[in-house]
Amino acid sequence: MSNMSDKTAERLLYLVSPIGLLIVWQILLMLGFGDRRFIPAPTDIAVRFVQLTMSGELITHTLVTLWRVFAGFIVGSVPAIAIGLLMAMFRPVRIFFDPLIAAIMPIPKVALMPLLLLAFGFGDGSKIALVAIAVFFPVIVNTYAGAANIDKIYWDVAKNYGASTWIMFTRIVFFGALPLIFAGLRISLAVAFVVLVAAEFVASKTGIGYLIWNSWELLQVDYMFVGIVVVGILGLITTVLIQELERLVIPWKQ
Amino acid sequence: MSASTDSPARRGAAIKIAGLRKEYGSGPGRVMALDNIDLTVTPGEFVCIVGPSGCGKSTLLRILAGLDHATSGTLTVDAAGWPVPNAMVFQESGLFPWMNVETNVGFGLMTRGINAGEAADRVDAALKLVGLTRFRRHYPHQLSGGMRQRGAIARAFVTDPGMLLMDEPFAALDAQNRAILQAELTRIWDVTKKTVVYITHSIEEALLLGDRTVVMTAQPGRIKRIIDIPFPHPRDVIALSGSAEFGEMKLAIWRILEEEVQRARAELAL
Repeated sequence: MSNMSDKTAERLLYLVSPIGLLIVWQILLMLGFGDRRFIPAPTDIAVRFVQLTMSGELITHTLVTLWRVFAGFIVGSVPAIAIGLLMAMFRPVRIFFDPLIAAIMPIPKVALMPLLLLAFGFGDGSKIALVAIAVFFPVIVNTYAGAANIDKIYWDVAKNYGASTWIMFTRIVFFGALPLIFAGLRISLAVAFVVLVAAEFVASKTGIGYLIWNSWELLQVDYMFVGIVVVGILGLITTVLIQELERLVIPWKQ
Repeated sequence: MSASTDSPARRGAAIKIAGLRKEYGSGPGRVMALDNIDLTVTPGEFVCIVGPSGCGKSTLLRILAGLDHATSGTLTVDAAGWPVPNAMVFQESGLFPWMNVETNVGFGLMTRGINAGEAADRVDAALKLVGLTRFRRHYPHQLSGGMRQRGAIARAFVTDPGMLLMDEPFAALDAQNRAILQAELTRIWDVTKKTVVYITHSIEEALLLGDRTVVMTAQPGRIKRIIDIPFPHPRDVIALSGSAEFGEMKLAIWRILEEEVQRARAELAL
């Protein structure tokens, strides 16, 4: 019982800092500190948020951004997981991919945007490709680390009990790496939003990134803040979703 | 198991090891782990191997299991008529954390393409044999160490192997659980009559379980002595461990082993 109330207290405490921040922000502006044309109050943003939602504009931009993140996430992470596992299973695969990863990973992925525009055009393709590339690296590195650190005894058991390479791949290495694969996916999710919003600033006429940049250029600062808040909310929701998915597919993790 | 009871005449695999050597590395850093091992195990025999830490007994078992290769010498295992030549039970259970008990136990059947219906029946029987039926849907982390080791034994028996290779399977358990599982293992072995090669560092365990005990020397591992254990089967391990004869044998084997333990210690100290 006391455990339950402890949990509730913790959850409430969790809300104290963001709500406190909003309240202080609101009060300062109402007292006349700062120019509300450039720094809108939380209430101004909330009003604009409702307006933009009602008009459907915000929904459109949000859906576009979500689609790009989702598609890029899948396109980037599936091959990253597959290659990461193969790297752990077969030494030549690792030797082949190691230098490529080491060389390409530190390149700021946004710097590839002009190239991707050239290759995939101005539409969704170039943005999805950018997200995919950005997601690929954290996922492959984590997948490989997860698979390479599987306790030796499990390889021995699998071998002694007659596991083929295919069974090794699908039943042992994949599941053994799964906790770290999810760690990689969580990191990638944040990275995906970062690069996508940046790309939408300049290379798009839709999406939350476009909304933010376009509003800034028109000095509609409250619109801009709505965009920023939406990115935060999307990040929060998708992170929670991925954590729930993790709980579902890794029931053996305490 | 069912196959064994159908044909009681069927006996486990025969093992013949001759002049087996195992070296690690090369040049001046070369380490000889096993030297000139000769051992014959008859079908259905329960052989225990004791020796000081680092004597290569686990290496010998891994070679028998096909997980490691001998540098020279010959190893022949005759497991004709057995669907699977060997199955190993590891020190820590080695149950896959991501599979529940049932899936873990059925692993060796799945890898060998046994059809689902037959596999399910055999898994049922194996779970019953080790008393884990109620925990079939549990994951290993939800089980005690003793229960995990039961699962590992079920996973080995379910494949109906010609020989069972056990690497200190009960070493990590508390005394009570160890005694219970030793009794269970002798019971199961009395029924199935599989060949068992059992590694242990406990003389007591070797005396309780085995038909013969192989005492190994410290590094490089050689066979120092092979001792017949005269106690008849089926054994009541609890009663046996209290008998005078048991105590005498334990002391006798300890005397043989003591020298090797001292030698291993002295080498570590250098």
